Amino acid sequence: MSTIPNTHGSAHDDHGHHGHGDHAKYPFLQHHFETPAHQFDSAKLGMWLFLATEVLFFGGLFVAYAVLRTRFPEVFSYASHYLNTLMGGVNTCVLILSSLTMAMAVRFAQTNKKNAMLICLVLTFMGAVGFMVIKYFEYTHKIHEHLVWGKTFYVPPHTEEGEAEKLVLSTAPPPPPATLTVANPAAPAVPTLAATPPVEASAIKPASAAPAGLATAREMAKAEHLPVASDDPAMAHPTLHLADPKMPANTHLFFAIYYCMTGLHGIHVLAGMVMLAWLIWRGARGDFSSNYFTPVDVGGLYWHIVDLVWIFLFPLFYLIH
Amino acid sequence: MTTIDASRPIDLASRPDNYLTHTRGFMSWALTLDHKRIGVMYMVAVLVSFFVGGVFALLVRTELLTPGQTIPGVTADVYNQLFTLHGAIMVFLVIIPSIPAALGNFVLPIMLGAKDVAFPRLNLGSFYLWLFGAAFTLVSLAMGGFDTGWTFYTPYSTTTTAGGVIPVLFGVFILGFSSIFTGMNFVVTVHKLRPPGMTWFRMPLFLWALYSTALIQVLATPVLAITLMLLVVERTINIGIFDPSMGGDPVLFQHFFWFYSHPAVYIMILPAMGIISELISVHAHRHIFGYKFIALSSIAIAIFSFLVWGHHMFASGQSPLLNTLFSLISFSVAIPSAVKVFNWLTTLYKGNISLTTPMMYALSFLVLFTIGGLTGIHLATLNTDVHLHDTYFVVAHFHYVMMGSALIGMIGGLHHWWPKMTGKMYSERTGTAACIIIFIGFNVTFFTQFFLGSQGMPRRYYDYQPEFQVYHVISTIGSYIMASGFLLTAYCLITSLFSGKKAAANPWGGGSLEWQCASPPPHDNFATQPSVGDCYDFRALKWDEATQGYEIDPALAAEAAKHPLH
Repeated sequence: MSTIPNTHGSAHDDHGHHGHGDHAKYPFLQHHFETPAHQFDSAKLGMWLFLATEVLFFGGLFVAYAVLRTRFPEVFSYASHYLNTLMGGVNTCVLILSSLTMAMAVRFAQTNKKNAMLICLVLTFMGAVGFMVIKYFEYTHKIHEHLVWGKTFYVPPHTEEGEAEKLVLSTAPPPPPATLTVANPAAPAVPTLAATPPVEASAIKPASAAPAGLATAREMAKAEHLPVASDDPAMAHPTLHLADPKMPANTHLFFAIYYCMTGLHGIHVLAGMVMLAWLIWRGARGDFSSNYFTPVDVGGLYWHIVDLVWIFLFPLFYLIH
Repeated sequence: MTTIDASRPIDLASRPDNYLTHTRGFMSWALTLDHKRIGVMYMVAVLVSFFVGGVFALLVRTELLTPGQTIPGVTADVYNQLFTLHGAIMVFLVIIPSIPAALGNFVLPIMLGAKDVAFPRLNLGSFYLWLFGAAFTLVSLAMGGFDTGWTFYTPYSTTTTAGGVIPVLFGVFILGFSSIFTGMNFVVTVHKLRPPGMTWFRMPLFLWALYSTALIQVLATPVLAITLMLLVVERTINIGIFDPSMGGDPVLFQHFFWFYSHPAVYIMILPAMGIISELISVHAHRHIFGYKFIALSSIAIAIFSFLVWGHHMFASGQSPLLNTLFSLISFSVAIPSAVKVFNWLTTLYKGNISLTTPMMYALSFLVLFTIGGLTGIHLATLNTDVHLHDTYFVVAHFHYVMMGSALIGMIGGLHHWWPKMTGKMYSERTGTAACIIIFIGFNVTFFTQFFLGSQGMPRRYYDYQPEFQVYHVISTIGSYIMASGFLLTAYCLITSLFSGKKAAANPWGGGSLEWQCASPPPHDNFATQPSVGDCYDFRALKWDEATQGYEIDPALAAEAAKHPLH
């Protein structure tokens, strides 16, 4: 069943040098693992668990995307035209190629081909750099065009037309309510159904001037009897610079979720670049061999998931048509 | 059956040290990779945070002695900050990390006969992340505090000008990663570092509980992380995702938040249930009843916990269909919990119950968890929840499960493993007295609040109708009783460090592997990997008056080996 209590602990002083053959032979082998294979398996399981957390981390944003797109499908199909499919497509190819070079780096690490491994790691790093450069151009172009999130989505220029547009954009005060008077103070407080006058069909206000999902801001404003600036077609719609009267309301939400998701992905690419730089440094130092390539392997797993997230992002944002 | 390695004879004289004395100096603790030291550091940090959060609780309760202002300087706004801080500290700094990170870190590898967790450096990283998260909370206090409630509901959390909101959101984000890394560590350790012979169904139940908890930590916490990030983004650049005037939805925040925070409450309770399995079987000297049911119910609770988040949102305006589904699944999540309670009761039946302090805490748990769990059914029922939502009934319910069960389980576990961790025995009389005082104080505080809630007293309210005052006064008196019980516990444990009797390796008669190394354990736990038998079979253990602990009696062991229990 059990034993005499093990009170003496270990007969050795420190971790590196004891009779345990494997630990002496493999300096990277940590004391609580039996064999290098044991340590490697554990590291891989740990990294897969971390990838699961990444999936759930991005998953929250994917859910937000799904909620917004279900509510505002017209916004998504309209606004995705503002994304440059070519640049996105090039980015996709760049990341897929970098995943290939990463996988090759892992293979070369496993087969003791240090120089080839380093070349592949550097190529992967270059791929990441390329991705971020293209991303930089995409973002700066959009920011220049005011295609950004929230209330900064389209700020009118400082011209006369721009000032007039600001009037439309600003929250117009609602018309003052009609003064309430009690028609007949002697009447019972709660009118009986019989006493309620019948409502004419024409008196029932239509819900909106157009189906809610497809109404423009201007049409919706008019349906709610809010003031709009003018009927001049040149001033017909707040987002004048895009000269597009068909832009749906709440288009800023598309760009909000776009920046959130691609931004978070970009942060993970940057983190991946740091990781790759560390692997290159360690690899150049000669740390990796067929005996020990765990960091390259689990780093590769991380890089693949960064790539995989982009492969989902690309069609969800760039290919909605 | 663990065998002694004859090639390495026991040599006590040359190795009298243990993990506490193995190396000395501040840096040897600050940069330690020893899971035992990390566990001890976590325990100190968590207990300090518990007392801080408790001070906030006492301030809240004292303020509620009278309607309107009671304590000079505590206005309604200050009161809101007090209960917010109480909640945030207790949830994120105390209850969630307490059992896994403090007790679990210490016990899990030794229970597995391993030398450490799978990733010791990640373990230390988790501890430092906890410290950074706690630091951010302090920073948020300095920057104006926050009064959003620990639940950070929109639109208030996105629009309030309180300066401490963003720092605390970052703090909780960092704490989340501390939790995630601990979870990852434990999952890999349980998968990969079990000794030969310890199949899944031979693990102690505490490990099943820690494993299930770790699964939840890994899968649920990232969702909290992204929710908090969305809140930060919303506050800084106003994307409008939770703002109706910009096309967003404030209830969407609630869905995101509770998708983590409901599994989070199971992160709090599952490890405590694991502890109770250990306490009851060891201190009643009886094989746990229904081992497989208890083990699998932990997994079932972990899975179900992801499916019930909407029961926090019955009054939020979500559809009747969703309400019905969440209500039904919430009912069913009670079933695995009930399975455990019945198995524990059956274990006690005809057991040889020692009323030690850990057993007293375990018995407290059984009473308090039953009350907490049953009142959860009140809240899972749609029509009663309409009446009870956002009242003191909810406050009482969650204190019964979070404090009366999870925290009591942790304190019970602390008493159970205290001899192992410190090598000292505390005074049973003081410990038991403190447990009784806490039990009485807890019930006076929180049972009263069921009445408050069902009669309509809303939660998080600074002011209230005079008819509620008598209940509030009773509840506050109870909180003072409880506080004195906790102070007595602290006194009991701290004085044991100085004047407690030396602890044997196995003072309680446990059968799992941690009772087979010295108290306190040596630096690397075990010399060779032990092989295992049934850790709930206590028949071979015999009390030894000389060592004041239990020893294996070879005759009894031989007899027991002839008739295996399972």
